[in-house]
Amino acid sequence: MSAEVKPRVADVDVRLVNVTKMFGDQTAVDGITLDVSDGEFFTLLGPSGCGKTTTLRMIGGFEQPTSGLIELKGEDVTFLPAHERDVNTVFQSYALFPHLTIFENVAFGLRRSGIKGDEVTRRVGEALELVQLIGYEKRKPAQLSGGQAQRVALARALVNRPAVLLLDEPLGALDLKLRKQMGIELKRIQREVGITFIYVTHDQEEAMTMSDRIAVMNKGHYEQLAGPETLYERPTTRFVASFVGASNLLEGKIGSDGESWTVTLPSGDVVRAPKNLGDIGTGGAIGVRPEKLTLLEPGQESKGNRLDGTVVDTSYLGVLTQYTVEGAGGLRLLVSEQNVDRTTRSDTWRPGERVALTWKPEHGFVVGDSKSA
Amino acid sequence: MIAFLRRRPGLLPLLLLAPAIAWLVAFYVYPAIQMLQASLWSGTLETGFAFSWANAATYPEALGRYSDQFLRSILYAAVSTVVCLALAFPLAYTIAYRAGRFRTLLLFIVIAPFFTSFLLRVLAWKTVLGDDGFLLGPLKSIGLLPEEFRILATPIAVIFGISYNFFPFMVLPIYVSLEKIDRRLVEAAKDLYAGPARAFQRITLPLALPGVFAGSLLVFIPAMGDFVNAELLGSVQTRLIGNVIQSRFLVNNDYPTAAALSFMLMAGILAAVFIYARVLGTDELETGIG
Repeated sequence: MSAEVKPRVADVDVRLVNVTKMFGDQTAVDGITLDVSDGEFFTLLGPSGCGKTTTLRMIGGFEQPTSGLIELKGEDVTFLPAHERDVNTVFQSYALFPHLTIFENVAFGLRRSGIKGDEVTRRVGEALELVQLIGYEKRKPAQLSGGQAQRVALARALVNRPAVLLLDEPLGALDLKLRKQMGIELKRIQREVGITFIYVTHDQEEAMTMSDRIAVMNKGHYEQLAGPETLYERPTTRFVASFVGASNLLEGKIGSDGESWTVTLPSGDVVRAPKNLGDIGTGGAIGVRPEKLTLLEPGQESKGNRLDGTVVDTSYLGVLTQYTVEGAGGLRLLVSEQNVDRTTRSDTWRPGERVALTWKPEHGFVVGDSKSA
Repeated sequence: MIAFLRRRPGLLPLLLLAPAIAWLVAFYVYPAIQMLQASLWSGTLETGFAFSWANAATYPEALGRYSDQFLRSILYAAVSTVVCLALAFPLAYTIAYRAGRFRTLLLFIVIAPFFTSFLLRVLAWKTVLGDDGFLLGPLKSIGLLPEEFRILATPIAVIFGISYNFFPFMVLPIYVSLEKIDRRLVEAAKDLYAGPARAFQRITLPLALPGVFAGSLLVFIPAMGDFVNAELLGSVQTRLIGNVIQSRFLVNNDYPTAAALSFMLMAGILAAVFIYARVLGTDELETGIG
């Protein structure tokens, strides 16, 4: 043993520095810089074509960046081929080897790293136990259901105890119920093994329930990187506000009034948001989530922001009722109301009724200048 | 008719099979029975033939007399199959994964010789390989090869001809099985620490085996029965069992011997295919396809 103590490389597992990937003259990933910490459940969330999968594939070693640096546990792996990286992937299609049994599928990585005999049997057993598939060792992938195949793919990757596990929309092929179940399962497994997960998905609900932090990607870069709560409560761009959850964005002439930003809507109404919510810049807007709005009778008194309008649509959704309210100048706002102890009246509002919409300025959020071109 | 089938849905598959079965009965089963009968004949064309089970002795007699040609057929067919495999696999691999937009063109080139008659192709090779043909002629005239050097009329020419003629039958099945392998499987293998060579050995090759199996059969079986290549590119020393059958039938009018040899050839091929399938494992094949 060497007495020399290795310099401690913070707790950063994966670091991307200004990573760019071009396909021909198309920019798939546009200068991404981010750190993923040890043991974190990190998610790249975005619509298809936003570059999230390409980013993941570069971390996995299946693509090489056009420029930039990728570090794994403090080591530059930018041009290291996939089979030499201490990273394993759960593929979207699972990519189980059809000609090998479940046991051999899971043992594949162990055998390639020179582990033999009992050690292989023991570790494959442990991995299958982790994903609750004991007893399936001798089956072939074609004999599994989608959910089971997904678990095998997970076991096949985890059995190698990689520094980082990459997951490319692993739940995409499952039906809704199974997807939710597997999502909870994934989170449990991640906590149990303590391995860093980098997860790619376009499903914001999935991302919100599982992740420690989420990078919301759009057009090759991420617009906001934050925890689920911050992303929802304080989205900083229009894209994030509309991609993560539903939002009402109030656009107009931007002004400042002491401790508040003001937006003067085309109708002449003024709405406010505290400046400490974020920088509105020169082209930003004030936003508010549908459930933060309260519906009042037109004559009722209220404090804070207030807009008048007419209910144009009512959808009863069980847990809540969703309204579309049209304000002056054709502005449409989405309002959700819990179906319990209605604030102002016991009945739902009906289309055609005049209402007042109110919310506390500090319940809104502020989006800044759009980053994407 | 349709209403009748609707009441008995079990008949539909039979109905769909009927034309093929009729074809097989008329052009395979019936001639085969006739051949079996002919193999048990005795006599000559002049005196007429008589059937007797006692004539079964023709079989061991013919086998003993033509064992050399039998063994040579097996050897040439086996070598040709191996040559085809060795050449076809890299080609099919390239077409399937590396050819990009040239894929269709390359596939066309592989089957292009089929647009020419089989006989013509063999005759063309006879010209190409000729002792003073445009391949050997110049090499001899500049002294690079001795004057007595020849390819034509040697086993090499025959094996070469067989390999050339059945080559597409090897390329196409291998191409098809390679082409349908999900490339993400290879990516997954690399993700699991397999280098390119290991990924090929553990993933691509086993999944391509059904194509190798099919291609080998498609080359080996017709090669076993070849007589054209041996006749035109070979010599007396390269006579194959196909040549013997052909001359027994058409030259010597020795129908019983020819029929017996044909039957033994068929049985031999069936046995070889059976053993081959056993060795390679049909189970492996099914899962490779699935």
